[in-house]
Parts: sequence; C-alpha cells; structure tokens
Amino acid sequence: MNIHLIAFIVLGILAIASAIGTIATKHPIYSAMSLIVHFFALSALYLTLQSPFVAVLQILVYAGAIMVLVVFVIMLLNLNEDEKQTIRIQSRNSFGIVLAAIFFIMIVTFIMSNPLNQPNSTNVYNLFTAQSLGSVLFTKDLVAFEIVGILLLSAIVGAIVMAKKKLIN
Amino acid sequence: MNNIPLEYYIALSGILFTIGTLGVILRRNAIIVFMSLEIMLNSVNLAFISFARYLGDTSGEIFVFFVMAVAAAESAIGLAIILALFRKKQTIYVDEVNVLKH
Repeated sequence: MNIHLIAFIVLGILAIASAIGTIATKHPIYSAMSLIVHFFALSALYLTLQSPFVAVLQILVYAGAIMVLVVFVIMLLNLNEDEKQTIRIQSRNSFGIVLAAIFFIMIVTFIMSNPLNQPNSTNVYNLFTAQSLGSVLFTKDLVAFEIVGILLLSAIVGAIVMAKKKLIN
Repeated sequence: MNNIPLEYYIALSGILFTIGTLGVILRRNAIIVFMSLEIMLNSVNLAFISFARYLGDTSGEIFVFFVMAVAAAESAIGLAIILALFRKKQTIYVDEVNVLKH
C-alpha cells in the first residue's frame, strides 16, 4: 500500500462520487458544483499520470470556461421550483439501467479478456511537458491544430446566431 | 515511481463513462444531460492519458487536447441551443420537446 495507490483510490472515489452527485441531484446548480469537484479530481488524477500540462488545461478549460458558461445559462433560464411533471415515460428508466449495465459488462469483459501487457513504467515526466507537446502540436499535427481553430470560430459564430432573439420569433 | 496497474485507470474510466451514460438516459433536464455528456468526454480523456503515460507516447496527450477543443465548441453550441429552446418552448425538459412528433 504505497502512497501512489492511496492517492489513486482517494481521487477515484472522489471522482465517482462527484459524478454520481452530478447526475443524481435535483437542481442543476448542485449538479454544476458537483461537476466542478469532478473536474478537479480528474485533474489530480492526470497529475498522478505525470501529465501536468493536461492537468492545468483541464482546470483552465473545463472548470474555468465551460462551467462558467453552464452556470451563466442556469442563471439566465431562471428555472421555477415546481418540477412535478406528469409526462414521464416510465419504461425509459428501466431501459436506461439495463443499457448501462450491458455497457458496463461490455467494458469489464473487454478489459478482462485482453490482459494488457504491462509496459515497463518508464519516467515520462520530461516527455509530457508543454514544450515537447507544443513542438509535436506545431510540427506533426499542424493541420489538425489549424482546423481546430476554424472549428472554434464557427462554434462562436453559431452560438451567437443561435442565441439571438430575432431568430426565435 | 508510479506502479499502479494500467487496468485500474481503465476500469475507473469505464465506471465514469457508464455513470455519464446513465445520466444522459435517465435525466430529463437538458442541462444535466449536457453535463453528463461532459462526464463521458472526460472519462475518455482519462483513458487516453493513461494509455499515453503507460506507453510513453505523446499522441494520447495531443488527442486529449483536441477532445478538449471539441468539447469547448460543443458546450458553446449546446448551451445556445438550450437557451433558444427555453425561449421558444418555455421548458428545458427533453420529454416535453416533441415538435417533430406532432
């Protein structure tokens, strides 16, 4: 029972518990807060995998940008309290649980049937720095990087067009 | 030195993906469905990072970078759709949006 295993178990339990809290709480704002805890737990898990750049990126992009957007939308929607909706497809719940169970069994059997040959765990700390990742990103994957820029631009334009009031009426 | 087996990380990733799937199917609130999608994307990111670390390959990290960019674009578009839906139908419950059915 070394310190790495303890850290992994604590962070994994935190990630699973906050993910369950995200999908199980009643009001969306509690889900959003729980999801922020989930993102921080995942970021710490990335640190245990010797990937500090992606860990920082996780907090910056998810907890910093996406969750702010989600909280703003929850604030704008101004949801009323009465959530007693009668229209509810009852068969969907059992269907969902069965589907998730099948899915989980599929993943577990896949992991168990293909015993991953454990690679000798080398030290990759200086392979996953921002410098080396950036040099790969700007040489080998330059085309994909530029296309991501176009994707983000079109997402911005699309979001502005879709959230405009004139389009609705 | 980190000597946790790779299977532990992959199993955690699978559990998180299943929780995200459950959230997408079971919840009716569109914002919570949206957040469950984020959980699913993040679980895949965890699998990518753990494979990249155990194989000593930077391709997994680069892929996570692109997944994050696509997730950011998806969140902007998805939340704009939710806003437009709320303005039009005064609801964000996915059960009550059945324009195509009638």
